[in-house]
Amino acid sequence: MNKAVDKVMQGFFLLCGLITIASVCVITVYLIISGIPAIKEIGIVDFLFGKTWASTAKEAEYGILPFILTSVYGTCGAILIGVPVGFFTAVYLSKFAPVSVKKVVSFVVSLLASIPSVVYGLVGMLVLVPWIRKAFHIADGATLFAAMLVLAVMILPSIINVSMTALDAVPKKYEAGALALGATECETYLKVSVPAAKSGIMASVVLGVGRAIGEAMAVMMVSGNVANMPKLFGSVRFLTTAVASEMSYASGLQKQALFSIALVLFVFIMMINLLLRKVMAGGENKS
Amino acid sequence: MKKRFLAAVLAVSMMTVGLTGCGTKKTKGTVSTDGSTSMEKVIGALGEDFTEKNPDVTFSYNPTGSGSGISAVANGTCDIGLSSRHLKDEEKEQGLEETVLAIDGIAVIVNTNNTVSDLTLEQIADIYTGKITNWSELGGADAEIVVIGREAGSGTRDGFESITKTEDACKLRQELTSTGDVIATVKSNENAIGYASLASVDTSVTMVSVDGVTPGSETVLDGSYAIQRPFVLVTKKDQKLSEAAQAFFDYAISKDAKSIIEGAGVVPAN
Repeated sequence: MNKAVDKVMQGFFLLCGLITIASVCVITVYLIISGIPAIKEIGIVDFLFGKTWASTAKEAEYGILPFILTSVYGTCGAILIGVPVGFFTAVYLSKFAPVSVKKVVSFVVSLLASIPSVVYGLVGMLVLVPWIRKAFHIADGATLFAAMLVLAVMILPSIINVSMTALDAVPKKYEAGALALGATECETYLKVSVPAAKSGIMASVVLGVGRAIGEAMAVMMVSGNVANMPKLFGSVRFLTTAVASEMSYASGLQKQALFSIALVLFVFIMMINLLLRKVMAGGENKS
Repeated sequence: MKKRFLAAVLAVSMMTVGLTGCGTKKTKGTVSTDGSTSMEKVIGALGEDFTEKNPDVTFSYNPTGSGSGISAVANGTCDIGLSSRHLKDEEKEQGLEETVLAIDGIAVIVNTNNTVSDLTLEQIADIYTGKITNWSELGGADAEIVVIGREAGSGTRDGFESITKTEDACKLRQELTSTGDVIATVKSNENAIGYASLASVDTSVTMVSVDGVTPGSETVLDGSYAIQRPFVLVTKKDQKLSEAAQAFFDYAISKDAKSIIEGAGVVPAN
């Protein structure tokens, strides 16, 4: 009797696992099947390196280089701003902060992680965009720069949490040794603990990249959403928002091209995930 | 902003409304409409009045934009599609049919702090195609013009661009996805110019007169206000509407609905 229950439960768990795998497979296959035709019709070079996106014009053009570059620049900008802030926060929380401070800040950080992206977008639209317009004396604040700032804040939680966990895991004897040899606290943590936690910190950055490149709603609300080649203080459209903003009314080749954009995005995310695996595996081999 | 928000599900009042039941058969069921964000006010008012007279009908409106509304009828995900432009030939070939409900003006709007109050159609076209880039060229302050437009599927954009002859030539600073967004953005940026359904514009922004004609119901009706477009009900040609949807359709184009359509700021076509 117990054996039978065991068998049934095992089958049930297996089924649950298979659902996950099946979802990934279905999405991958669907994206490839629906994404390839438009790329074929437009031509891969014109599609990936065309500088003009005019999907509804009479002579439609489907060049997604503006979206690719915007997504890459936007993500890099978010990393440049977000990583230093997140990294030093993690070092402080892990090594310097009193337990009570660490508890409060960790709670706030996890709160930050759970804020829906549409709320980030809304606050960005109503507070950040007008502020950028005034602060930089430009005509309109809905820019790539605004999107970078919003993304930088959005990736903070993953950078802080993952880096902090890695730093917490550094064996105390490393630090005790360095301190005993006469190193100051700063020297110990930055020159001993941080290198020891390197792979975890790298993983946090890669996670941040993944979060930033996949974000749609928040950046759509602050970036102006026009398919220009990216300029820091210009209106831009991301890979994600290109799909989201046109999908509801697209038809024919335009719709297929949107699937192709999704495929490109998917390839980016896959590469980031592979990179993440590599970074994590590299860390495991060393320790 | 969010496209798929079911914005107005008008509750069915369970109170008996006198008179209506007498003689005519009571209509039951649901009426779902989907499409133009510009038509929010007029379709909301019609839906409210209709459900008041037919308390057993559930009425819904999904503000997604004209292009989405037309796709929704074609795919059968709603009863009546709402479009603020005429159907294109390829859409008619899909078996869709249009019935003009009303005519609406597209107001060109600027921030209330802007001193420019009259533009010619040509100046508007020049602003949108990037030939005029500074308000000082139009007698305003020395500031860059922030050109706000709508997404490509928008009926308002289609109407605006075809009348100003700027199709595929607009150089926009921001491309927004709803009438409300455009008004909010123009309200918050004093260098902005945008366009929105006349029926939806409130006093938070300034409507400029076009070629000296102030936008309004009278100037839209007599045709002197140049930038105007139709509000269209889209249905399938060879497929009957449900009883409730047909009742709403008949009501919307009847004389009874006229005053309500006028009350929403647009000019009834029937």
